[in-house]
Amino acid sequence: MAAQANVSGADLELIDVRKDFPGFTALDDMDLHIPAGQFFALLGPSGCGKTTTLRIVAGLETPTQGQVLLGGKDITASKPHERPVNTVFQSYALFPHMSVLDNIAFGLRQRKIADYEKLAKDALNLVELGHLGDRRPQQLSGGQQQRVALARALVNRPSLLLLDEPLGALDLKLRRQMQIELKAIQLEVGLTFLHVTHDQEEAMDMADIVAVMNKGRIEQMGAPEVLYDRPKTAFVSKFLGQSNLFIGEVTSSNPSSVSIEVGGNKITVDKKRAEKHTGRIAIGVRPEKADFHETKPKLGADHVVIGPGEIIDIRFTGVSNQYLIEIPGVGEVIVFAQNIGKSPEIELGAKVWVSFKVEHAYGLADLPDGTEEN
Amino acid sequence: MAFAAFGSASPTKDSGNKRKGGPIVLALLLPGLIYLALFFMTPLVNLVVTSLESPDPTGAIGAYFYDFNIGNYATVVSSYMPQILRSFGYAFAATLFALAISYPVAYYIGVKLRSRPLLQRLMLTLVIAPFFISFLLRTIAWKQLLSDNSGFVSLLHATGILGQTQFFIGSDAAVIFGLTYNFIPFMTLPLFTNLERLDVRLLEAASDLYASPRKVFSRVTLPLSMPGIISGTLLTFIPIAGDYVNASRDFLGSSKTSMIGTMVEADYLQNWNYPSASAMSVLLMGVILVLVTAYVRRSGTEDLL
Repeated sequence: MAAQANVSGADLELIDVRKDFPGFTALDDMDLHIPAGQFFALLGPSGCGKTTTLRIVAGLETPTQGQVLLGGKDITASKPHERPVNTVFQSYALFPHMSVLDNIAFGLRQRKIADYEKLAKDALNLVELGHLGDRRPQQLSGGQQQRVALARALVNRPSLLLLDEPLGALDLKLRRQMQIELKAIQLEVGLTFLHVTHDQEEAMDMADIVAVMNKGRIEQMGAPEVLYDRPKTAFVSKFLGQSNLFIGEVTSSNPSSVSIEVGGNKITVDKKRAEKHTGRIAIGVRPEKADFHETKPKLGADHVVIGPGEIIDIRFTGVSNQYLIEIPGVGEVIVFAQNIGKSPEIELGAKVWVSFKVEHAYGLADLPDGTEEN
Repeated sequence: MAFAAFGSASPTKDSGNKRKGGPIVLALLLPGLIYLALFFMTPLVNLVVTSLESPDPTGAIGAYFYDFNIGNYATVVSSYMPQILRSFGYAFAATLFALAISYPVAYYIGVKLRSRPLLQRLMLTLVIAPFFISFLLRTIAWKQLLSDNSGFVSLLHATGILGQTQFFIGSDAAVIFGLTYNFIPFMTLPLFTNLERLDVRLLEAASDLYASPRKVFSRVTLPLSMPGIISGTLLTFIPIAGDYVNASRDFLGSSKTSMIGTMVEADYLQNWNYPSASAMSVLLMGVILVLVTAYVRRSGTEDLL
């Protein structure tokens, strides 16, 4: 493997790609650019079009319109076997009639690479299964099969490696372990990875860039920390982690901030952290960025204070306590308090005020589904 | 006989040491054992015994006595060699044709029509539909359609494929055609059952791994469908080798197309030469068993069966 370590990935570009299936549109004019050598994750719920995107890149699906460029070369019309792209399939799709080693050597032999046996063995060693080369895939455990599938794709040194929820079938512990291994391998071989998943933790943990997809479109794209800190749509704020959303009419606006009024509470957001500055807007804050107080706190203009409300549920999750607070006129607000020994002693039904820093709030471009515009 | 072949194809190694011979098991097995003893073992033993009989010294036609006359086999082999060779030649050719025609049909129904279950079932019914009419009737119908004054033969004459004095019925081609036609569902159905379960994701994986469509077929589809091919070829080859209808003069054949079955029929019903007919039957069975065993061994698909 080390002999080829200088091979690097190619950048992938989707231009205006659309895919219509009878009765619905799986992909809606999608534009996407993945720079070479990046670990890119497409994240979304099932049916959002992420797997269709992957299949179009692999050549297993033909786009209704649009172009797919790999390393600047148009590959839209190329057949799957002509593309320097390999896939780790969700089902692994290992050939049951071949040994593990033959599975890994398959791609090399198709390309008539003379040294296939040695390369396949090296790839098998890379995924630490060197001793299982003679077995049939059916004789391996799920985690081992997954690694064989990974080795079978990696051994070809594709410009782009596609991962179709390859960790989905594994149990939590094994999945975490494989995530770490996968990321290590990506750093080691320096290929471009396109990872499709519905697991937001997995996407945020592994990817350099995450694109959140919904209904055949990319809702938002960026580094995981940016996406988490500043989701721009209600879908992203709900899909990536948890969010408290406040919806109200903009009542005041100055050059640096925008405020809405919800149930008699004034909620303010930095203007540069808000997508929309007029009309009815949604402002969100992450539960771990919010605090609660048993007396009305005296805080400056850099804080938002809402309440009073009533604690209606307390959940102990280990690292943090999760409090559900019902505030009249506002709705339910979730607050996470870290379990660092000084969590407030509080009981169900207690009367509390919720506060958070204005700089932690974010304003969305749209309103959550089910909230009518008026 | 076909089932015996399948039995040897999938050896059950642990059946010997895991046997639980409870009285209930025995009671459940009894009807089957009685059936096999009465209708399989008895005729088989009878057949072998008959094949060793010698002609009655009085010279009465159809009269034989119990003996150990191995010479019957030598006589049969020496006098019926052309029929023996023809039988296996026809069976080989017809099986190949049936496979060549059935595979694409089964692939289309089993793989391509998966997304349309209704059409899939309809096509499958069409494959089986001919069975609703006796194959004797259908073969006679073909005899009419391909008869010497049919449009088909005129066409062959006009195009010069056949000389003016040559005809289709009675030729090797006609018999092979009839055998292929009559036995093709036995090829299509096992192939379909196998291809219906073919995991197309494996084909996608192969093309993702730089295999051209042709390579995907030869390296993945074909090896994975070997169990279906084996079952199909056995289910066609074995009965075809013993068939006597298609090659008979009353149907598609002539005196030049006689097969082992034709000779067995003639010896048994016309010449009353029971030992000869029996020896031929035993011989046919033996040769088929040897061929099938070698075939299944060589194809090396035990772990896929």
